[in-house]
Amino acid sequence: MTKTAKPTLADEVREATGVDVAECYQCGKCTAGCPMARYMDITPSQIMRLVQIGGEEARRRLLASTAIWSCVGCLTCTQRCPKDLDPAAAIDALREMAHREGTVPHEQKRVLAFHKAFLKIVQHTGRMSEVPLTGLYKMTSGDLFSDVLLAPVMLAKGKLPLVPRVIHGRKEIRRIFKACLRKEDER
Amino acid sequence: MTTIGYYPGCSLHGTGRELDMSIKALAEVAGVELKEIEDWNCCGASAAHNLNHDLAVALPYRNLALAEEQGLSEILAPCAACFSRMKGTTVRLARSAELVEKMRGITEREFKGTVRILSIIEFAGRLLDEGLAEKLTSPLDGLKVAPYYGCLLARGEEIVEGYDAEQPNGMDAALRAAGCEIVPWNFAVECCGGGFSMSMTDAVVDLSNAILTDAEQAGAEAIVTGCPMCHSNLDMRQRTINEAGLGPHDLPIVYLSEILGLAAGIEPERLGLDRHFVDAMRVVERSA
Repeated sequence: MTKTAKPTLADEVREATGVDVAECYQCGKCTAGCPMARYMDITPSQIMRLVQIGGEEARRRLLASTAIWSCVGCLTCTQRCPKDLDPAAAIDALREMAHREGTVPHEQKRVLAFHKAFLKIVQHTGRMSEVPLTGLYKMTSGDLFSDVLLAPVMLAKGKLPLVPRVIHGRKEIRRIFKACLRKEDER
Repeated sequence: MTTIGYYPGCSLHGTGRELDMSIKALAEVAGVELKEIEDWNCCGASAAHNLNHDLAVALPYRNLALAEEQGLSEILAPCAACFSRMKGTTVRLARSAELVEKMRGITEREFKGTVRILSIIEFAGRLLDEGLAEKLTSPLDGLKVAPYYGCLLARGEEIVEGYDAEQPNGMDAALRAAGCEIVPWNFAVECCGGGFSMSMTDAVVDLSNAILTDAEQAGAEAIVTGCPMCHSNLDMRQRTINEAGLGPHDLPIVYLSEILGLAAGIEPERLGLDRHFVDAMRVVERSA
């Protein structure tokens, strides 16, 4: 009986995104163009390198990095990669793993809180609405007082509708969420 | 009468309201009917692909399936983020029968792939071809503008069509037809910080400040955008940027559809130009 080898980190990324990190020759173009690199603990090309290296230590460093949560999804790296790799998709996959495994660093709890609040509102109403999104984000992130002065101006300009947008097919949306999310995602 | 399907997306009913208003006013003048996808849902924006790659495809998939079922073959998605998510989904589905099968299972809906997603830039080009060009009777008097594509109107080989992603000129023809002068500048495809407006405000302040600074140095009197996220970071956050000791900036941020609307003689209030944070009514005076 042959024992199936445990998939490597590179296998996991390829499975989720189709990106073959072995192709990356570390030119650094992704890092050079990345608008968020200066806010990251490791850079996009280092992320690609760590996925290539694999193993426990590399995996732990990647999934606990602040960098994967500082990626804004601008796709500059993907646009410019001379090997036609998709570092942005690889980072998406790592973020998903980090979230599932509960390794998101404390410094990035606001970013995670925002994404989760956004999805929670969509899950229940089918659309994003500014007031419930901001309310839920502030409650879950602890970021209570930023931007409170913007709200009255937004209201006056008709840019802050108070009634949440709700679609007829919200039952269907909840079913779609259920089909996509795993138990660990609901934390 | 030409009919084009319409996917406003969530922002256009809130923070990006001027974009919705100006798109609709412009379509009316051009004699194009916009038919909104009935019961559309959020495309998932940046949140879905950050946390769940199936959801990031399933949410746009439902909209595409609804559009197809409602007989719409072309859908305008004016918000750059919605455009990128929706068009990106059509590209991914076209590449992988396996993904189509998976999405059919998740959503319990059929999508044959007959829907084409249009960006605000393609839409502007279409309207000009449909007769809007002859209706631009109040052109702007050489208003100097910096066309700003940001990320999502300039990324992805099969997503962005018709112009180069690194040196884009997709807005040029429409802006020139509206009487604008285009200034050469360096930040046309740089990121403003996008969806980090609330969760990483410091980064948004830095990145948006760099964009505003470069546009000013290039002599622009306004930045022209097609993205409600870029708009709110550059317009609504301009005061935050000034309060952080940067700038000071005082640069109007206008949508491509607002500029075309002004040149078509539409009242500025119908375009939402009075709803900006940084006074945009000053560009109105430049229209003949």
